Amino acid sequence: MSKVKPKKQETFIDMTAMSDVTVLLLTFFMLTANFVPKEPVQVMTPASVSEVKIPEYDVMTILIDPKGQVYMNLDRPEDKRKVLESVGEQYGVKFTPKQITSFINQTHIGMPIGRMQAFLDLPLDEQDALMKQFGIPTDTIISANNQLAVWVRTAKEVNENLSIAIKADQSTPYTLVKNVMSTLQDLKENRYSLITTLKAMPEGF
Amino acid sequence: MAEVNTGGGGEQKKGQPQKLNLRVDFTPMVDMNMLLITFFMFCTTLSKPQTMDIVMPTKDTDLTEEDKNQVKASKAITLILGEDDKIYYYMGEPNYSDYTSLKETTYGAGGLRDILLERNRDAVAEMRTLKIDRAKKKITEEQFKEKSSEIRNKKDGQVVVIKPTNSASYKNLVDALDEMQICSIGKYAIVEMADGDNYLVQNYQSKGALSAETGGR
Repeated sequence: MSKVKPKKQETFIDMTAMSDVTVLLLTFFMLTANFVPKEPVQVMTPASVSEVKIPEYDVMTILIDPKGQVYMNLDRPEDKRKVLESVGEQYGVKFTPKQITSFINQTHIGMPIGRMQAFLDLPLDEQDALMKQFGIPTDTIISANNQLAVWVRTAKEVNENLSIAIKADQSTPYTLVKNVMSTLQDLKENRYSLITTLKAMPEGF
Repeated sequence: MAEVNTGGGGEQKKGQPQKLNLRVDFTPMVDMNMLLITFFMFCTTLSKPQTMDIVMPTKDTDLTEEDKNQVKASKAITLILGEDDKIYYYMGEPNYSDYTSLKETTYGAGGLRDILLERNRDAVAEMRTLKIDRAKKKITEEQFKEKSSEIRNKKDGQVVVIKPTNSASYKNLVDALDEMQICSIGKYAIVEMADGDNYLVQNYQSKGALSAETGGR
């Protein structure tokens, strides 16, 4: 048998086109996407046909987890700083500049005010773990212990354009949501939105 | 990996221009891009969350009964959101002596939606034509909004009172509010359970044992 020399195949695939596509996709994702905010508790919002979008700025989100822990978030760091200072004043707590920076870096407010200082001195990852066990203390009536009312009222004083959004897990018992709603009602905050995921409108409507 | 091949190599004829084969391997570039795309896909949300706007009544206690909007009994329907995804409802005034006046239904199509559609047929039909008009671009978005709120808030439209019990979940409430949207009901309110409503539910669950005891009073 004669030895047939195998022809040396060139296995060079031109990746230029592929690269073009990926860069295009990447650009698309970078321009359209906004980051998922880190939340202390995982919340599955219920679905609804409502198509109203949440406002871009000046949103105060109140997060309620199935166990009834309440967290709050403000979207502007500047507001957060003012709110912390003002709430601290009302409770007679003075925060150091370092604690305030830590407060702004932490995404959510979710601590009883008495523990706030010690909490803010911890590094960020320890804060997350600790915050899961607490949440803002709430009460059905406006009292010294309803700190959610204090936070909401102060936030409204700092920035009166704030709109309020409630984000609660779908399995949260209604009583827990009612607590938050009646707190808001007591503060004369009657307009707020419930955050939901989009569900398609049923056929024929 | 990335190779810039200069063709031939070795002995070159003097005087002839060097033939350059410039070919850059893009594979690592593609690898990196894919990695970045995956990262962006996992860490971002594409759409902003939807919201449902609600307006609650003020808790002013100095409102007298007359100041509050009196609802025509014939146009009112009261939903009681119960435990285990159950809904009880009654039309108009509650009838405490007859436990069958309270009925039970389910969420979504077939249950609650059918009842509301039946009661609110005119408004739903109007909304439907309005939406078709919008789809055909006969009316502008603003006109649509104006007209739809007109339909929803008609003078003697259907009124729904939603009373969530303590054993209802948040999902139940949102589902009920959602049906209001689907069935084009503009007038609805979330109201606290009263003692009478608790009695109605208990009476229904015990199949009239409570009202039999008290002799219908």
